[in-house]
Amino acid sequence: MADKVLMKGNEAIAEAAIIAGCRHYFGYPITPQTEVAAYMAKKMPKIGGVFLQAESEIAAINMVYGVSSTGKRVMTSSSSPGISLKGEGLSYLAGSDLPALVVNVQRGGPGLGGIQPSQSDYFQSTRGGGHGDYRMIVLAPASVQEMAELTVKGFELADKYRMTAMVLADGTMGQMMEPVSLDIEVAPQPEKPWATTGTKLEREHNIVNSLSLVPDELEMLNFKRYERYKVIEENETMYEEYMVDDADIVIAAFGIAARVSKNAVNEARVMGIKAGLIRPITLWPFPVAPFEKAVEHAKQFISVELSMGQMIEDVKLATKCRVPVTLCNRAGGMIPSPDQVLTAIKEAANEGGNK
Amino acid sequence: MEYKRLTLLCGHYGSGKTNIAVNMALDLRKKYDNVAVADLDIVNPYFRTKDSSKEFEEAGIRLIVSEFANSNLDIPSLPQDMYALTDDLRLRAVIDVGGDDRGALALGRLAPKIIQEGNYDMLMVINKFRPLTPDAESTIEVMHEIEGAGGIKFTGLINNSNLSDETSPQDVLKSRDYAMQVSALSGLPIVLTTVKQELYNILNGQIDNLFPMVLQKRPAN
Repeated sequence: MADKVLMKGNEAIAEAAIIAGCRHYFGYPITPQTEVAAYMAKKMPKIGGVFLQAESEIAAINMVYGVSSTGKRVMTSSSSPGISLKGEGLSYLAGSDLPALVVNVQRGGPGLGGIQPSQSDYFQSTRGGGHGDYRMIVLAPASVQEMAELTVKGFELADKYRMTAMVLADGTMGQMMEPVSLDIEVAPQPEKPWATTGTKLEREHNIVNSLSLVPDELEMLNFKRYERYKVIEENETMYEEYMVDDADIVIAAFGIAARVSKNAVNEARVMGIKAGLIRPITLWPFPVAPFEKAVEHAKQFISVELSMGQMIEDVKLATKCRVPVTLCNRAGGMIPSPDQVLTAIKEAANEGGNK
Repeated sequence: MEYKRLTLLCGHYGSGKTNIAVNMALDLRKKYDNVAVADLDIVNPYFRTKDSSKEFEEAGIRLIVSEFANSNLDIPSLPQDMYALTDDLRLRAVIDVGGDDRGALALGRLAPKIIQEGNYDMLMVINKFRPLTPDAESTIEVMHEIEGAGGIKFTGLINNSNLSDETSPQDVLKSRDYAMQVSALSGLPIVLTTVKQELYNILNGQIDNLFPMVLQKRPAN
């Protein structure tokens, strides 16, 4: 194995983006993701790349739009309030079928909220955020190693499907330091015959645009886009299962909540409670399959979230509400403790588990 | 180690300054009554000396830190009682300077008096396993940036090369070449090699000036 380095999650994202061939970064500082920009500011000039601190998040996402139109790998990063500002640009990227990597290191909200970790942008990332019918591929890392790996993966998926991939992390993931191996495989970048790189009078103009003047043509674009989304749903879901096979109580959790939950599952197992964990790694497409399988034997699902309960809706949809789905949560920048999750598991075992 | 009245700790952010500051202050308190830890970080709102405020209180160590550290108020701010560091000459203190040159900027305010008194160590904390300082040249570059911003020249190095929980004794032994290169290029002595207590028990006797540390609490795994 290659030598490891000690990195903050935010630094791992920045370095992995460079490894993936990204040479264009546009951003605006906001805690708790500022180290992404700081790292890019130090590194990009040394490797012939572009780091630009835009005048606002809105400017940054539109710079991403511009560079993406030319076929180059490009990214921006921010934290919750900043992502809201980027909402319009995200919709335009979708409407123009442009690939981009966007990182959201979430903090507590709504509004300016606070700088402590949160997962309360789940709806915003998986349901839209910008206007119109569109999806983003949403990747949820649960370690600094995954911050790096999913950044590379995000660029690859974005290019493959010509859409935005979002790395949805949280303040803990961004700030925590862990050893990382940066020996990450990167697939060759695909050709982008649609890019606006100059015709050299040898081909027709490529046009990148999200404006459609003819309604039935716009409808057709939406239909085609959703056919592509269907392929992604079928082929690109990622998840981790932990002790789910015989579990009575199944926890659904991603990111930092999954790490806390894993500890609680281990403690529950020691106490003789059959608990397990499904950790969605893609939040969209949501991994429905492991939930369909688990609902055959599980007596209750518990969605553990750093929000007032957002992913819980997808858990209910995936399990078709065949068994109770409850919420174990903290909000506003607070993190559930393993004890809180264990208590929820014990309560579930006393009620559902003995039926 | 022999402490001067003021021990200033600088380094790349994430190099381990804060953990070392906490452990040094506790060590210092064993020898002296009037001990303080000062946190001059104006950049990073997380992982501050304030995380150990209860320990300091129990040990009778004064904590000089912005009231907004570890809070949601994410603005550069300095503790109002930071001038005690240069005005109260009975005080012995470990100063946790912020990361990189940006973090060291606040030190410039105190630098003239510190230099005038001349009873200080200005120590650079280095970690070979951090991605932006993997070799002596890049480390020296960061040192020059910090000296420029903080207005005080370094007097020594602390080798804190580590991979967090995964640090093996071999990692520490291997990092000595790097530390010695930094030492040779900068002309500064390696005054300490810092390791967590478990590694200290294994490595004691193999490395000069080894300093054992109890690490601050980290977030949930």
